[in-house]
Amino acid sequence: MGIVKADKLTFEYIRRDEEGNVDSITTAVDNVSLEIKEGSFVAVLGHNGSGKSTFAKHLNALLYPTEGTLWVDGMDTSEENNTMSIRQTAGMVFQNPDNQMICTLVEEEVGFGPENIGVPTDEIWQRVESSLKAVGMYAFRKASPNKLSGGQKQRVAIASIVAMKPKCIILDEPTAMLDPAGRKEVIDTLHLLNKQEGVTIILITHYMEEVIDADYVYVMDEGKLVMQGTPRTIFSQVEHLKELRLDVPQVTELVYELQQSGLPIKDGILTTEELLQELERFR
Amino acid sequence: MLRDITIGQYYQTESVIHRLDPRVKLMGTLVFIISLFLGRSVWLYLGVTAFLAVIIKLSNVPLKFIVKGLKSVMILVIFSAIFNLFLTDGQPLVHIWKLTITKEGTILAIFMVIRLLYLIMGSSLMTLTTTPNHLTDGLEKGLGFLKVFKVPVHEIAMMMSIALRFIPILIEETDKIMKAQMARGANFEKGNLIQRAKAMIPVLVPLFISAFRRANELAMAMEARCYHGSEGRTKMKPLKYTKTDYIAYLLLALYLVILIVIRIFL
Repeated sequence: MGIVKADKLTFEYIRRDEEGNVDSITTAVDNVSLEIKEGSFVAVLGHNGSGKSTFAKHLNALLYPTEGTLWVDGMDTSEENNTMSIRQTAGMVFQNPDNQMICTLVEEEVGFGPENIGVPTDEIWQRVESSLKAVGMYAFRKASPNKLSGGQKQRVAIASIVAMKPKCIILDEPTAMLDPAGRKEVIDTLHLLNKQEGVTIILITHYMEEVIDADYVYVMDEGKLVMQGTPRTIFSQVEHLKELRLDVPQVTELVYELQQSGLPIKDGILTTEELLQELERFR
Repeated sequence: MLRDITIGQYYQTESVIHRLDPRVKLMGTLVFIISLFLGRSVWLYLGVTAFLAVIIKLSNVPLKFIVKGLKSVMILVIFSAIFNLFLTDGQPLVHIWKLTITKEGTILAIFMVIRLLYLIMGSSLMTLTTTPNHLTDGLEKGLGFLKVFKVPVHEIAMMMSIALRFIPILIEETDKIMKAQMARGANFEKGNLIQRAKAMIPVLVPLFISAFRRANELAMAMEARCYHGSEGRTKMKPLKYTKTDYIAYLLLALYLVILIVIRIFL
């Protein structure tokens, strides 16, 4: 079994009126089944309200499925006894960097997680050092998080998850509030962690450019899993993506437009270099 | 204006005071406050002033930074000074209209101003030199004995430190909301007190909503990082007294004794 396995996962937000009667039911996650391999870099795409964040919260046992089952590293998330070990196995980074920092020093922030799971003092310091080095923020260990840029804050947030030695890191739109430079910082850090430490990365996002280097992509719409495959197969279906109100990477868009106007370029081009190579053929 | 509040902020630098055990600093603040209320003799206040001056010098926090923090409480200080000045009975000095300034009132007002200013300087010096996390640890350990009476010491300390961490963030947010409302034509400067208070409502409502949203997200982030209260929690920076801390305790005791002696004999 993979690190994450969902079987017909369904979650409903139930809104009640003042008397407690059910007012309306919104199905945020609808019958999702998937399996994620350990050590892979997976992206979950979807526009706002597609249920991708709700799905992410299930992976961390912050929400429990209404129907269906979700296993994280073989543990059923709906069992209360598993909650702590699931949160240790699958760490979560949120969207707003300010609202997930508890402490006023970077090193204390990174040490907060290990403190909670009862790691001995000496080892906490080792973990803080190595995880800050892993995200390239060791030089800022004595700084206040308020003084850092958005990208740096998110890297600290990632380090504080890494310090808990999870097998898997879930990131819920970690770059939504960042500028392009900060976005690149964060995504590069994630790839580095994935390659060097072998951590499984599950990246929830709606930026197509961040998805290009992922191993596998899931696309969600209205709570349902509507597309899945490698970035190449996903992005060759430009029309389907547009139907789902999703953008495609600029290069892919260009290829699509060129194809539409009759140039026989092959499908699934993701980077500028690839496109240049392909265009060379027509010289 | 709002950025000037330094209460509860941490000023990062290297100093003996920064390195002291937070329990010592908490005790020190307590001793300092007690010493402020020992009496109203000039000698006593000279002693207190000397003590505060030495601590500020040792802490390496620029005096300017501390004084800047006083601005935000100036209204409170001025108010209490005026009340003391006009409403104390005694030997009359000056008559203005129906009000009388008395000699006793003047003295009382001066002492009250000094006392308030010192109180704020002393206590903000503690937060300036102690990281909130450290402060929390200090409170938790220093008040640990209350656990016997089922007081949730750790939880209270955690709430305090989070409140402190969010002060600058919420101040920034207030600033932002005020500017946003000003851009929509709100006026916070014109009108009498009631009108101005009313003008603050469109600032407070969004501020509260956003504070609750932040609290919700923070709680989730804490839970996601396995926070579950003090049970089974280890410390990254466990508190241990060093030689300096014992010396500091000794000096504090000495300071208090000297002031009590001054109080009795001078």
